[in-house]
Amino acid sequence: MSDFFTATVLFSTLAAGIRLSTPFLFAGLGEMVGQKSGVLNLGVEGVMLLSAFFAYWTALSTGSLWLAVLVGTLVGLLMGVVYGLITVVFHAEQGISGIGIFLFGLGFSDLMFQEKVGTPKFTSKLPSVDIPLLSDIPHVGVAFFQHSAMTYAAFVMVPLVMILLRRTTFGTNVRAAGENPESADSLGVSVARIRFSAIVIGNTLAGVAGTALVLELGIFQPNLTAGRGFIAIALVYFGAWRAPGVMAGALLYGVVEATVITWKALGIIPRSLSDISAMAPAVITIAALVILARRVKPPAALTQPFSRH
Amino acid sequence: MHRLVSAAIPMLAALAAFACAAIVLVALGANPLEGFQAMYTGAFGNVDRLSATAVRAVPLVLVGAGISISFRASVINIGGEGQIIAGALLSTVTALALPGLPPIVLIPLVLFAGLVGGGIWGAVPGVLKAYASVNEILSTIMLNIVAVQFMNYMLRSPLIDPLEIERGTRIPQTERLSDNAALPTLISGTRFNLGVPVAVAAAVGAYIILWRTPLGFRLRAVGHSPDAARAAGIPVERSVVSALALSGSLAGLAGAILVFGSEGQRMITDGSSAGFTGSAGFNGIVAALFGGLHPLWTIPSAYLFGGLITGANHLQRVLQVPAALAVSLNGIVVIFVVSSSKVRDRIGAILKARREFDHPANESTSSPPAGEVAAT
Repeated sequence: MSDFFTATVLFSTLAAGIRLSTPFLFAGLGEMVGQKSGVLNLGVEGVMLLSAFFAYWTALSTGSLWLAVLVGTLVGLLMGVVYGLITVVFHAEQGISGIGIFLFGLGFSDLMFQEKVGTPKFTSKLPSVDIPLLSDIPHVGVAFFQHSAMTYAAFVMVPLVMILLRRTTFGTNVRAAGENPESADSLGVSVARIRFSAIVIGNTLAGVAGTALVLELGIFQPNLTAGRGFIAIALVYFGAWRAPGVMAGALLYGVVEATVITWKALGIIPRSLSDISAMAPAVITIAALVILARRVKPPAALTQPFSRH
Repeated sequence: MHRLVSAAIPMLAALAAFACAAIVLVALGANPLEGFQAMYTGAFGNVDRLSATAVRAVPLVLVGAGISISFRASVINIGGEGQIIAGALLSTVTALALPGLPPIVLIPLVLFAGLVGGGIWGAVPGVLKAYASVNEILSTIMLNIVAVQFMNYMLRSPLIDPLEIERGTRIPQTERLSDNAALPTLISGTRFNLGVPVAVAAAVGAYIILWRTPLGFRLRAVGHSPDAARAAGIPVERSVVSALALSGSLAGLAGAILVFGSEGQRMITDGSSAGFTGSAGFNGIVAALFGGLHPLWTIPSAYLFGGLITGANHLQRVLQVPAALAVSLNGIVVIFVVSSSKVRDRIGAILKARREFDHPANESTSSPPAGEVAAT
């Protein structure tokens, strides 16, 4: 245990935690925007998988990471349009249609991987961008200022999403659509259009999350996300529908995951118990839900389809 | 006529899904007609394949019947994967502990252990929902993740085959379990085993519980309107727990049948839940939706989806199209089924009360459910 409490190990674990929180943060913020408008998206996991595969395939075949990021993002956007059609235009039950998207993403990314790639190959990973001067600070520099552009972008998204939801007309309309769509409608806001836009934004961010995950690892495999998309949904509850809360949750998960990895490497967690320690994120989520469920209220119209009478 | 239309909708959804499949097949350079023919032959071509399809359908029937129960009580159970694993683990432990019992005792016992294991794993989110207001969609998904890791731990450490340690290969699997627990083959030369009639009987049992017992009446009353049920003196909280426990126990039974109906007669993990369950916990939801959330209709529906799996496996052998096509097709079927208006209104009506449970009338601060789709 004493091996763990050295500055080098602690800060490098923190750095890994911040890196690992990146996909959670993108996906969690995206899910939050959708839920604020009253739409639950359980398909995040599927969208992440699809974007991850197509970003990976692009990186593999063109060698261009920027093109990979673009493709991964566009796949998310496209899935946003699909999910918008399903939930806003066809008013489908949100809990179940999300599972449909999940299954489609799980199967289709697997299918395409086997068909187009077959055996896993590494691509180049996202390079780390050292912030001048700050990255040279001992320890702190490693932890905070030597990350990939995607990681910085994820944290920049936090204030951006806050401003979007709190300080813009669009954001006010999103919140109105999620809290009281009928009033919003009576004031001339198109609930359908607002929700559709919020879903597209949310799924695009889920696509970015999948892209960030695969380009951080440099390799794809079927079911790469392994439940991360579902945890991102729980993070929205965890963060009580606030961007800083989602960020805190994402960081917690990232740091817990990194700590488990470090402890395994240092032998603090015996190999036989590594599966038990892998339960940590899910168990923490359940515990957090138990504590928070009666204290924070979801948007009042969450999961309720809206149609004008 | 109305019934005819309702029955036609899932068929149209299936046709639309197959149209998508045709596009995928063309994109992958395969002839779609050849592809569909290969799938049909692979699923229903001869007695052997019909039997294999029936065996594949077993977990779908059970999970689907369980899903039907929970949905009728307005509870969404997405924890089938974890409940299958929990049932499989408890039945495996039972067979390891009492290997010497005669088959007439041991087989019912391991199946019962499956019911209990899955029931416990289902009751947990039920209790969390009823007494701590935890959203069951989230808790069941999280419990899936917990169950997989627990299975991996159990099969890598306490339950691992001693031979695997001796040889140093350390494949995470149990030893070959007692032959006295093996589900007997009913049609010799095929894989058709006792699990198939057990699953059908369980689905019929689910139907009887829902529509012919006081418990089922309470579950449906809660599903219809928790407030009205509470006013009528029905214990709403306990009913929610029962719904999830019953739903989970059927999935757990599927887990036991997966272990003792398998050729390996042992539990093995590849680290993922799909590796053991074949994603039946999710695919069972598809079968249930396709069967109109009715336990009896889930039986033929599950058989069709079982055929999709065996058909896709055959497709992979014949045309080298990855069998993962089946999983993505399942997703597309779900999307089309829930998007079609008739089904949507039906599901909307069945799940209407879920919101009422989450926002009981006496605490409700928001306006009445605005813009709810009129369920007729």
